[in-house]
Amino acid sequence: MRRVDPVLQLLAPIALVGLAALVGTIVSIATQTYVINALVNVAIVVALYVFIGNSGVLSFGHISFVAVGAWAAGVLSMPVAEKPAIMPNLASVFRDHTIGNVWSLALAAVVGAAFALVVGLPLMRLSGLGAGIATFGVLEITHNVLRYWEKIGPGLNTFSAVPETTGLLQASLGAALVVVVAFAYKRSRFGRLLSATREDAAAARAVGVSVYRQRLIAFVLSGALAGFAGGLYVHLLPVNTESVYLDLTFLTLAMLVIGGATSLWGAVVGALAVSAVDSFLAEAENGIHVLGQAVNLPAGTRIVVVGALMAIVLILRPAGLTGGRELSIRRRRPLRVLTKFEK
Amino acid sequence: MSVAVLSINWQTLADAIGLGAIYALMAVGIGLVFGVLRLVNFAYGQLVMAGAYALAFASERGWPVSVGIALCFGVVLVLSLLMDRIVFRPLRGQSPAVMLVATFAVAFLLQSIALLWFGPLGKISASLATLNQPVTISGVDIRKIAIVATVLAAACLLLLVLLLGRTRVGLHMRAAAMDFRTAQLLGVRAGRVIGTAVLISGLLAAVVAVMLTVQTPLVTPDFALRDTILVLAGVVLGGMNRLVPATLGGFAIGFASGLLGGALPTNQSQYLPSFLFAAVILVLLIRPGGLFTREGQQAVERV
Repeated sequence: MRRVDPVLQLLAPIALVGLAALVGTIVSIATQTYVINALVNVAIVVALYVFIGNSGVLSFGHISFVAVGAWAAGVLSMPVAEKPAIMPNLASVFRDHTIGNVWSLALAAVVGAAFALVVGLPLMRLSGLGAGIATFGVLEITHNVLRYWEKIGPGLNTFSAVPETTGLLQASLGAALVVVVAFAYKRSRFGRLLSATREDAAAARAVGVSVYRQRLIAFVLSGALAGFAGGLYVHLLPVNTESVYLDLTFLTLAMLVIGGATSLWGAVVGALAVSAVDSFLAEAENGIHVLGQAVNLPAGTRIVVVGALMAIVLILRPAGLTGGRELSIRRRRPLRVLTKFEK
Repeated sequence: MSVAVLSINWQTLADAIGLGAIYALMAVGIGLVFGVLRLVNFAYGQLVMAGAYALAFASERGWPVSVGIALCFGVVLVLSLLMDRIVFRPLRGQSPAVMLVATFAVAFLLQSIALLWFGPLGKISASLATLNQPVTISGVDIRKIAIVATVLAAACLLLLVLLLGRTRVGLHMRAAAMDFRTAQLLGVRAGRVIGTAVLISGLLAAVVAVMLTVQTPLVTPDFALRDTILVLAGVVLGGMNRLVPATLGGFAIGFASGLLGGALPTNQSQYLPSFLFAAVILVLLIRPGGLFTREGQQAVERV
């Protein structure tokens, strides 16, 4: 059975992503947008999981990596002819060049990783509440700078005219890629060392593990994945500074916590489950028919429901829907230890 | 950024002190609950928001100011007790990070309930608008609210110092903040101490709601959200574990925010949040235990 588990741990999330993609092929075009969005959410939440789940350190700052990834990919893949209208004050280096879809995604990952490295070098010394507040500060600074610095992007404008290449195929391949990387990391020496520091930092230190270095490695990797997800995002919708700020931070953290922060399976389940609920409610806000009944929910219901779900899960089942466990063919109790954030 | 670009006048200074005073009260409200529950209440701003809506509600119907303020206190107190009962109590014993995430969820929940209930456009709370007018003191125009806020905050803090220092329940609260379990073993009643902390923190939120609605009469669902984020940063900056450093931290960030916001030219003041949060991060790195704590008082990282 031990040999079956690792395979299952990779295949189950991938299968779920594939299933979502399959659902996307049979539904209407309007619903398909929700499926694509859900797959991009999977990429973001799995990126969050790589750091938060494996290290147990809270980060409110990951959406800033999504934001810089979106900015890098968006600015450089917009056709040269469109740039002056949307980004009149753009620096000339960015103004005169355009790169293709795949290159822009790779660039988004590189920029995300580089930013995470710059931020992580000092910040990974912090833990607990200090880390929470400091990463929040990173989010605020990133949002503030992207909003007003028009040399590097559209500022208050929206990224319209970016080629909308994130269709069902790109979103599902992207999400699957992120899942594979996260799985490989988790199974690697580094991933195991980092989970050791999460379980017992003192014991890990005692056997010679550098908590700082392991956290930094995970932070940079998850920054790269978040940046990549940001690239997917900007190729999906016209993004602006508000769409990669507090609401997305809340939504993705909710997905991670609801699914179960300490497992890859939990991250994928949480992202897809909450996306499904969220999309359904978003539709219901516009008015839909359920079993012949006209349902028309007022705007804002989505966040109420997701917020309530998150609070209920944290109170009743702090280890998340999946119990923070990977899928296994043996039945196991949920992690007794409450969502393993460090004390 | 040289001092030359700053154009500080007395009015800006008074406004900055007023804002610092309001933030200091919020810091006390957050710090008191943290002291006994080890819980960082991200949803504190939504208590203030609820109070602000109560004031706007009364103001729209033309009710007298005193009724509006009474309604504000009632709503905020009920909400904070409910929050304690429904959210804080089941979360007791969890790590601070889990509780922070949970109150983050509650904050978004309350904010979107306000959005559902009152709509995105906001309501005007105008009953106390006269406090926004300036008074002239030896040739300097100072808004009345800056003075009122400072005096009121000082009075609240004084009362709190008396309560904590001179009464039995205050003693119990200080003991609980220092070491909850030992205090319990020595006969401190947990429920009463926590209840008092939540109640006082709610009272302070109501006071803050009254003063903030004077400064910004337009009440929207994200009312006080930005302020809460800044105050939280200030509290951690000052030193989460002690009430006085936490209060000083709150005051410092409000003062800095008010001063820089009023004194910097617009093309620089738009980057104000970046300056503030960069400073917060820097302080956290240099003094993780807090800016206003003495050596030896800093929280020892327990593993």
